[in-house]
Amino acid sequence: MTTRIFGSGIRRREDPRLITGGATYTDDVKLPGMAYAAMLRSPHAHAKISSIDTSAAAAAPGVVAVYTGADIEGVLNPIPCAWMPPDSEMKAVAHPAIAKDVVRYQGDAVAVVVAENRYQAEDALELIDVVYEVLPAVVNPEAAMQPGAPQLHEDAPNNQAFHWVAQGGDTDAAFASADVIVKDTIVQQRLIPNAMEPRSAVANWTGSMEELTLWSTSQNPHICRFLASLVTGVAEHKIRVIATEVGGGFGSKIAMYADEMVVSFCSMKLGRPVKWTATRSEEFQATIHGRDHVEHVEMAATREGKITAVRTVVYAGMGAYLSTAGPGVPTILHGLMYCGPYDIGATKADVYGVFNNATPVDAYRGAGRPEAAFLVERLVDLLAAELGVDPVELRRKNLIPKFEDGHDVASGLTYDSGDYEPLLDKVMDHVDYPALRQEQAKMRENGEYMGIGVACYVEICGLGPSQVAGAVGFGGGLWESAIVRFYPTGKVNAYIGVSPHGQGEETTFAQIISDELGVDVDDVGIVHGDTSNTPMGWGTYGSRTTAVGAAAMVLAARKVKEKARLLAAHLLEAAEADVEYGDGKFFVKGSPDRSKTIQEMATMANVAWNLPQGMDPGLEASAFYDPPNFVYPFGAHVAVVQVDKDNGHIEVKRYVAGDDCGPQINPMIVEGQVHGGVVQGAGQTLWEGAVYDDNGQLLTGSMTDYALPRAHMFPDIEVLSTVTPSPHNPLGVKGIGETGTIASTVTIYNAVIDALRPLGVTGIDMPLTPEKVWRAIRAQQGS
Amino acid sequence: MNVTVTVNGKSHQKDVDPRTLLVHFLRDDLGLTGTKIGCDTSQCGACVVNMDGITVKSCTCLAVQADGSEVTTIEGVATDGELDVVQEAFWNNHGLQCGYCTAGMIITTIEMLKQNSNPTEDQVREGLKGNICRCTGYQNIVKSVLAAAEAKRG
Repeated sequence: MTTRIFGSGIRRREDPRLITGGATYTDDVKLPGMAYAAMLRSPHAHAKISSIDTSAAAAAPGVVAVYTGADIEGVLNPIPCAWMPPDSEMKAVAHPAIAKDVVRYQGDAVAVVVAENRYQAEDALELIDVVYEVLPAVVNPEAAMQPGAPQLHEDAPNNQAFHWVAQGGDTDAAFASADVIVKDTIVQQRLIPNAMEPRSAVANWTGSMEELTLWSTSQNPHICRFLASLVTGVAEHKIRVIATEVGGGFGSKIAMYADEMVVSFCSMKLGRPVKWTATRSEEFQATIHGRDHVEHVEMAATREGKITAVRTVVYAGMGAYLSTAGPGVPTILHGLMYCGPYDIGATKADVYGVFNNATPVDAYRGAGRPEAAFLVERLVDLLAAELGVDPVELRRKNLIPKFEDGHDVASGLTYDSGDYEPLLDKVMDHVDYPALRQEQAKMRENGEYMGIGVACYVEICGLGPSQVAGAVGFGGGLWESAIVRFYPTGKVNAYIGVSPHGQGEETTFAQIISDELGVDVDDVGIVHGDTSNTPMGWGTYGSRTTAVGAAAMVLAARKVKEKARLLAAHLLEAAEADVEYGDGKFFVKGSPDRSKTIQEMATMANVAWNLPQGMDPGLEASAFYDPPNFVYPFGAHVAVVQVDKDNGHIEVKRYVAGDDCGPQINPMIVEGQVHGGVVQGAGQTLWEGAVYDDNGQLLTGSMTDYALPRAHMFPDIEVLSTVTPSPHNPLGVKGIGETGTIASTVTIYNAVIDALRPLGVTGIDMPLTPEKVWRAIRAQQGS
Repeated sequence: MNVTVTVNGKSHQKDVDPRTLLVHFLRDDLGLTGTKIGCDTSQCGACVVNMDGITVKSCTCLAVQADGSEVTTIEGVATDGELDVVQEAFWNNHGLQCGYCTAGMIITTIEMLKQNSNPTEDQVREGLKGNICRCTGYQNIVKSVLAAAEAKRG
């Protein structure tokens, strides 16, 4: 073992089971005696439930039980919201797992049927007779706060869920003295995450043991267990959550959902295992949505192009109830990120969280940070146009200079490390920016509309210090823990609290352990996703799995290595101080032939025949890592688009992503994260958007109506990177899971607006469908 | 209703409810859970299997329609523990992340390459239109398909 495997793009060990159909996702679990649940969901966005008659359903073939809101009342506690931004007067309204008196969004569950098979369960749903008294609904978050709007919750007047203000520096003074102010109203449309695996749960209550086992499509099984305990009343140590194979999440599998708790309730009532799997329609209606902001944004600057302040008023739709982390998204993860990579002296976020008659909103890939990057980069482009300067030059002029160990920004955050300009330069050189502009000019002469979009970003991730989590109202810690254990044969397992679901950490974490302990990567196992055999951890989201989870794991590995070194010294009959480690071996300083392998130490520690006095048997260690700060990856992206003036069609001709996530453990996997993130962000710009009608009916309720990116819709992405290590992380690593989504939405948006500038179009609400683009062009031509 | 379906070379005779979907027959009756259900509406392609030489979305095909047919699912792609060229290409080129769409992608690719052993990138992208992946942005899937085509041509 002389070469480090950290940094090499080895194939993923996850893949053999995934390419052969051998993996077990939640819906693949089949237990003896298992029954199937199906949910009856409200067809109305807002209604009183006058009556429910379940008698016909209960008598239908194969039906085991039917439960309504009355049955769970007093048994299941309300579904909790776990993020309460401080000083925001948040209204933590009750969210019953099954609605009893009022439904508040289309998709709110009103009853559950349990039957011998899924066909019978779904048949019986149609026999439940619910009489609704339909109430007026409101969907647009800004409209929901206007006088006279339909009210969702008695204890939340004006539908205000919370009001959170964050100010750093004197924004009012900066705007009062500004030479130039640019403004915009941005609609961050609602997005529907659509992980390919629908949510699913299998609950198995063992009454004799009072134990609940819950297979759940969760990004964070330990949080799921914690919250399931609060909802069901089952003691936390009597709950086992299993989420070993999860088919994508993108934030949508963080939340504690009502359905999983209802399935648990059914199993507990019936004393048999119960499975529920969402149909795709249920995914659209009853899995969290993302974004949903209406934002009034402005930027102040000097005539010379020095940006002095950013300020916003944001109406953030929360949906009908507050989802687990929902309120933290438009506040902490958004309102503190208005500086981006720029030296901006003052920022202010004035954020209203708003109840609206729609699916609850929570973290969706990027979660608050794409919205922040969007408004900053959109305003920079507007400022460049206003000042008549090149948008790249304007950005360059405002970038924060290189820093290696902390930089305070106006919003109150301390960025860890950054070197922004070289990455921007690298990307600009790569695309030959001056040549691109020349090409654009030439095409314009021919009546062709090519656009070049640029965006720079900084991301806050690696969530985060627990002390900060507490201070910002997050109802949990944000540390991670891991156990690294050598077995007698010299093989190693690392048991981790984080819970990958497609990101490949079984591979990358094994690479880290292989290097740390000098063992072959194939001799390392990574165990995750089951609360019964993994140590406590807060899960996979916020691009924290490697920055926090791997940090805990590497600290445990280092403890293991030190113990092995002490044992080696004992067995080599050398002074502890004289024994050194290199390439998987411990040797006596100056006598490399007197050595022991770490595998030999694993054997000797486990058999424990001859240990130094006071040393415990076994070779394992547990470690906790609570980061001292967040990590702050950054990047610069460029998109080149061409817009067909006659039909509004946009073609993305080229996309270049330059990202710095610190040292890359496996560049192949890093690139894969960038590809997926960029295309997901492009989905928001170009195709995706939840559309509700005025009655709160979801019109985009299937994959036929909601346009997800497909293979023919986006070109290959050119991926570039620089490496700026985080000063405080044991591995120097940052995060890469969300950068693509944070950057690409606005990069492509800026490119399209750049293309349309000669036609007089300065802004269009997303998604930029051909129809909208065509109408925007026509509106200018008509004026 | 009695159906006889040969799945991955093995004949199965079962009494099924006439409305049973092929995907539920495969997953629930035969225990072949490698075929996934993503959308229930033929949009996403997670459930694609090969039936008598053509790719079929098994979430919108009845088990009785498969009576007398030969069906290949992802479990039947590797032979005697040897991965198929297409599986190998997806592994080598990081053509999957969460793996949920992968069975459908691989089955679709195998059929695509039978139709056209030397596809262009555009043809590959067109050929994958009916399969949604939310993780990869398709880039490495396209790369995998092209690599598989090359490997197959030898």
